[in-house]
Amino acid sequence: MARRRLLANPGARISLGIILALVALAVIGPWLNPNRVETLDWSFIAADPGIAHAHWFGTDRLGRDLYVRTLAGARVSMIVGLVASAVSLSLGLMYGAIAGYVGGRTDDVMMRLVEILGGLPLIFFVIFLTVVFGRNEYLLFVSIGAVGWLTLARIVRGQALSIRRQEYIEAAIASGAGTARIICRHVLPNVIGPVIVYATLTIPQIILLESFLSFLGLGIQEPRASLGTLIAEGAGEMEAAPWILLGPGVFLTLLLVCLNVFGDRLRDAFDAGTRR
Amino acid sequence: MTEDREPLATLSTRALRVDYPIFGGTAAAVRGVSLSVGAHECLGVVGESGSGKTQLFMAVMGLLPSGAQVSGSALFQDGEILGLPPDQLNRIRGSKLAMVFQDPMTSLTPHLKIGMQLAEILVHHRGLSWRDAERAALSALDRVHIPDPRRRLKQYPHELSGGMRQRVMIGMSLLCEPALVIADEPTSALDVTVQARILELLRELRTQTGISIVLISHDLAVVASLADRIAVMYAGRVVESAPAAELLRGARHPYSALLMQCVPDFHRARTERMPFLAGQAPGAAEPERGCAFAPRCPRSTERCTHERPALVAVHSGAEVACHHPLT
Repeated sequence: MARRRLLANPGARISLGIILALVALAVIGPWLNPNRVETLDWSFIAADPGIAHAHWFGTDRLGRDLYVRTLAGARVSMIVGLVASAVSLSLGLMYGAIAGYVGGRTDDVMMRLVEILGGLPLIFFVIFLTVVFGRNEYLLFVSIGAVGWLTLARIVRGQALSIRRQEYIEAAIASGAGTARIICRHVLPNVIGPVIVYATLTIPQIILLESFLSFLGLGIQEPRASLGTLIAEGAGEMEAAPWILLGPGVFLTLLLVCLNVFGDRLRDAFDAGTRR
Repeated sequence: MTEDREPLATLSTRALRVDYPIFGGTAAAVRGVSLSVGAHECLGVVGESGSGKTQLFMAVMGLLPSGAQVSGSALFQDGEILGLPPDQLNRIRGSKLAMVFQDPMTSLTPHLKIGMQLAEILVHHRGLSWRDAERAALSALDRVHIPDPRRRLKQYPHELSGGMRQRVMIGMSLLCEPALVIADEPTSALDVTVQARILELLRELRTQTGISIVLISHDLAVVASLADRIAVMYAGRVVESAPAAELLRGARHPYSALLMQCVPDFHRARTERMPFLAGQAPGAAEPERGCAFAPRCPRSTERCTHERPALVAVHSGAEVACHHPLT
C-alpha cells in the first residue's frame, strides 16, 4: 500500500531516481575515469573545468582530478552515512524497544541516560575521542552513531509504550512468549514504519555531520577525500578557483535535497496508511 | 468451596486477592475468591463490570500489571502457579493453560500471517518443525470450522472478519491441547448471530476434546448456554455458585435472582418495563462493611449492613453468601 502511494508521487520518483543515479555514479564513476584519486597531474595544476584536458571538474592546487575526487569523496560520505545510520538504527531500536516495553524503573533509568548523552556537545565529544584514540576513520562511525541513536531511541520507546498496551501483546504473553521474544517478534516489527521514515531522514543529517566534521579537520584525512574535506579545501580557494568548491558542493546539495524530499514523501506515504 | 477433595480439580484458587495500591490506601479488585474448575467441567463466571471476574483470571494467568499485589493461592494441575518465575510460567501458558480474549480484532499480531502465528506457538512449545507445525495449524483451523483453511493460513488478520478471527483465537488456544481454556468474554465483541455460532463451536470442542473451560461473561444468557456450574461474582467476591440448571431454576442470592430478571425475554409483555438493578456496586477502594450488595438489595435488613455473610454450602456443589437467601 505504502509503496504504491509512494511511487505514485512524482517528487518521490524523481528524488529516488536522482539518489540512485548519484549512488551509481559514486560507486562506479571513479573506475570509468582514467584519472586516479591520489595521482597528481603536473601539467594541469588548478586547471579550469573543461572537456579538452580530461579533467571535467578541473583540478585542485596539487593537480588532482576533481571529478574523480568528488565521486570518491561522495562514496566515502555515503558509506559513513549508511554505516553510521545502521549503527544508530540498531542501537536505537533495541534500546528504545526495551525501555518502552519493559517500562517502569528500567525505562526511567534508560531514558535519563539518553538525556544525559543528548546533553553532551557533539564537537567536544568528537575532539575528546580523537584525543584519546588518535585520528581514525572508524572513530567517525562510532562518534556519529553514538549521537544519532538518541532521537531514534526516543521515537521507538514512544511507539513501544503504546504497543505494549495492545491486546495482541497480552495474547502473546498468555500464549507463553518470553520478554525477548515479544520484543523481537511483536514490538519491533510494529514500530518499523516510523523508524524507516526517520532513518531516511537521518542519512542526510549524518552525511552533513560527517562533512562538517571533516570540514573542521576531525573526520576523513588527506589524501583520502570526502565531500566535507573537498568543500573545506574549495572554500579556501573560493576566490581564485571557485570550481574546486563547485563540484563537491553541488553534489552534496543535490544528494541532501533528494534524500530529504524522498524521506518526506516516504513519511507522507506511511501517514496516509495510518490515517485510513 | 469444596475445600479438601481437590485432586480432581484442574484449577483451584484459594482466598485469592488482588489489590492495587492507590493514593492513600489500596483498591481491592478481588477480595478473596476460592473457586475450582474440575476436569472436563465448564465453569461460568458472571458479574457486572468491575466485579473482579477478569482480574481474578488475569491473576491466574500472570497477566496483571506490575503494580498489582496478588495473594492467596492458585493451584493448576496441583502445582502453585501464582508467583511462578516467568520462564516456568511461560512453559505452562499457551500450552496447558490457554486464554481466549474478548476482542478478536486486536488480539492477533497485525503483521504476521495467521499460519505463522499459529505455527509459531507449536514450534515454541512443542519443538515441532515448521513444516509439521504448519500442518497442525491447518488442522486447527479446520477444527474450528474455518472454510478454506489453506487460504486463510496465508492471510493477515485484517483480511478476516471478527467471527473468523475469534475462531482463529479459539483454534490457537487449543493448539497444544491445553487442560484448561479461560475464555474472557469471548463473544462480547461479536454480533449476536456470530455469538451463537462461537458458543456452539465451544460446546462442540468441549465434547470432542474434554477440556475444562472457564467462561467469563457479564451476560448470563451466554454463560447459561454452556456452563455446567455458574459462579456469580459481586464486588470482588463470589456470592453464589451452583450447578447451572439449579441456579437457572431458582437463584438463592437476591443478586443472582435480579441478574436473571434482567435477561431480556421475548415472551414478556411489551408494555412491561425492562427490569434493571438500581444503584451502583461499591467501589474497589471502599472498605467493606457488611454485605456489599446490601444497599441495592430488596431483602436487606439491619444485620446485612454490618455483618458480612460468609459463603456457606447449601449442599455439596452449591453455596451462597447471604443472610436471607431466597430458598
